[in-house]
Amino acid sequence: MNKRNVVLAFLALAALLVAPHFLKSYGLYLLTYWLVFILATMGLNLTVGYAGQKSLGHAAFFGIGAYTVAIMMKAGLSFWLGLPAAALLCFLVGLALGFPALRVQTIYLAFATLGFNTAAWLVMRNEEWLTGGTFGINNIARPSLFGMSLDGSLAYYHFTLGMTIIFAALLWGLLRSPWGKAFTALRDNPIRAESLGVDIRGYTLLSFAIGAAYAGIAGALFASLVQFIEPAPFTVGSSIMMYLMVVVGGPGYFLGPVLGAAVGVVLPEWLRFAQAWYLFVFGTAVVLLMIWLPDGLLSIPDRLRVRREAREASAARSAAAARHGGNA
Amino acid sequence: MSAPVLEVRDLRKAYGAIQAVGGVSFQVMPGEIFGVIGPNGSGKTTMFNSVLGQIEPDAGEIRLNGADITGLSPLELNRRGVGRTFQTLQVFGKMSVRDNLIVAAQEHKGSMFSRMFAPGDSGLGPKADELIDLFRIRHVADKPAGSLSYGQQKLVDIAMAFMSEPALVLLDEPCAGVNPSLVGGISTLLKELNARRGGSFVVIEHNMDFVMDLCHRIMVMVEGTVMAIGTPAEIRANKAVLDAYLGN
Repeated sequence: MNKRNVVLAFLALAALLVAPHFLKSYGLYLLTYWLVFILATMGLNLTVGYAGQKSLGHAAFFGIGAYTVAIMMKAGLSFWLGLPAAALLCFLVGLALGFPALRVQTIYLAFATLGFNTAAWLVMRNEEWLTGGTFGINNIARPSLFGMSLDGSLAYYHFTLGMTIIFAALLWGLLRSPWGKAFTALRDNPIRAESLGVDIRGYTLLSFAIGAAYAGIAGALFASLVQFIEPAPFTVGSSIMMYLMVVVGGPGYFLGPVLGAAVGVVLPEWLRFAQAWYLFVFGTAVVLLMIWLPDGLLSIPDRLRVRREAREASAARSAAAARHGGNA
Repeated sequence: MSAPVLEVRDLRKAYGAIQAVGGVSFQVMPGEIFGVIGPNGSGKTTMFNSVLGQIEPDAGEIRLNGADITGLSPLELNRRGVGRTFQTLQVFGKMSVRDNLIVAAQEHKGSMFSRMFAPGDSGLGPKADELIDLFRIRHVADKPAGSLSYGQQKLVDIAMAFMSEPALVLLDEPCAGVNPSLVGGISTLLKELNARRGGSFVVIEHNMDFVMDLCHRIMVMVEGTVMAIGTPAEIRANKAVLDAYLGN
């Protein structure tokens, strides 16, 4: 990370620490909600953006994480047991979901994962003995950390911020390791990658499993944030929304989910003034964004750089041609 | 006499009623540059892809340094020291040239688990720089490979096949689509790599001047079978080859 990025990171952190003091309780809730979705979509960005696997089942993992923590806490177990259990369970289920990706790709894989999401959602809705069905599970407690209660909105916000930073740093490290290059090679050209010794089966499964674990952790944080869960937030529609967040932010850009989740979580709130026209305005904004920026918002600097380089190369060619003409 | 690095015995592959490869046998010796030529549809690529695990042969045996490798996957072949290039460009467009070279060898370093904690360049930076200098692509080393000209990408593509120092490299039309002025450069590079590292190469190519200049021995394939194997001089003098393929 260069010096400029370090400074920007510190400024962003300072803003995130100061912002809650200027917000009312709903604003603080929304900010925490945004952090939870950053974490969830960071996992999806690994699967979709870095490894190139089309997944429309991410909300199922988000739900599995949320229900794991809720059920365990209802059984009297600690959140701190529930959180790793949620991550581990999602990792294992994600690993299993990766197997279809070894046989099918593109839209066919998307449909396979969509089917998985539907099946998982049906379990959440129908297995009342376990999940409470459509009545859900309420009164989910917030955890304590080193004896400090995280019950308050501000305390829980700080906790979620800390968790998001820790897991973002872990993902950053993973993507800077040789694994990051292997995931990118898998996305860009799996046949070439395999011919160079990249275990495309292993990395495909890992991209699903790690992405799912991130969704599981986000789901666990979500359960304690909203303190009541039912199947509605874990539908295929939610998976599509998460996919949209990744695509809008910029798939394969590390900070893409930060912007994407802001568009998915915060923008709808800003568009409330449009009332009944809200979905129309939101949909139109997304369509326009996809037309003008198919690689997402974070591709803007790259597009500007490519344009500048093309302009410079063109100027250099013109100058060389002028010199050549002058010499002739 | 030393044992062959690659030995192909009676390789056969049919697509329905069409016999693409019908009983091909040849050997590639240590340090040898072995050319494969033949008209379109002569079975060169099918033979190549059978050796490289892209398609499963119907019959025959393929041995690498004496070990049976018939039907092994491209991944397993790479782990055993087989490198390759493809007919079309196959670089990772969004990665820098240096990262393309590093990813081409990183999976040979340690276990998958240990690579999670390894530095980003897997300690392969100096080796990548060595190839970058040899291929004269230092000025574009940090640029995305996809932003380079076709010829530069072709050089990156070829360099990637050599990063893991394989015992055998199969090059599928290394001059395809390349500016004629670069063809001689590629030939010089391959000769230098062969002299420096001592690996064996198998080269499929349509450019006769390139093949005759580069290869120690050449195999001519026609209609899925071997018409002749010999030195460039022997192939040039072979009447059957002249009639069927090279002409006068």
